[in-house]
Amino acid sequence: MKIKVVYLASLREQLGKSGEDLEIPPATSTVAGLRALLMARGGAWQAALAQGRALRVAVNQEMAQPATPVKPGDEIAFFPPVTGG
Amino acid sequence: MGVRIQTKDFDAGAEIAALRRGNPKIGAVASFIGVCRDVNDGDAVTKMTLEHYPGMTEKALEKIVAEAKARWDVMEVLVVHRVGELKPADQIVLVVVTGAHRGEAFAACEFIMDYLKTRAPFWKKEETPQGARWVEARGSDDEAAQRWNSPKADVA
Repeated sequence: MKIKVVYLASLREQLGKSGEDLEIPPATSTVAGLRALLMARGGAWQAALAQGRALRVAVNQEMAQPATPVKPGDEIAFFPPVTGG
Repeated sequence: MGVRIQTKDFDAGAEIAALRRGNPKIGAVASFIGVCRDVNDGDAVTKMTLEHYPGMTEKALEKIVAEAKARWDVMEVLVVHRVGELKPADQIVLVVVTGAHRGEAFAACEFIMDYLKTRAPFWKKEETPQGARWVEARGSDDEAAQRWNSPKADVA
């Protein structure tokens, strides 16, 4: 299925890109699954998305959890904890 | 009046006047302004860049404002948050809440700031003499947001 992935703030810098359109296997049906898929790219991806790192995820611009489903056409954003205000 | 993300500065007096205009039922105006400091974690800060997630930012702030309006008896709410480059002493964020009485307006204003700090997708990168660095989220901000939780209030 086709999805859009967005990387923000320090994560964008670590990964060297602000986002990408991806074709992922239908079996990758959750946020946790997508994170594992991206980590499997190794290198900076493995390091930046590692489980110990504090990371937030939004699906279609709503805060999400590891178990949140990923569906065709979704926009999934990965970013560090927020620091506005 | 709602929620605005902008690069330009804001005039709190003008914003408050606009929010109050034509509503003689307002008896209290609570406001908060967040300002860029020249120091953070012991290092001098010369410049700051605020990044956000366009689209989600507005939705997240609108949701926070809606929750504040559901929890407290307030009238108008305005949130203005700047993005882009800021220098020490520059204004970053404005929250204004109007209501009949101060108690509800104060509480709603503080709640909005506490939730904004932990739920609205903004990130600060600061320039220091040691180089540029992303600001780390603070545990104390999470604690400030959590104190508004109660079994009853969190059903939304």
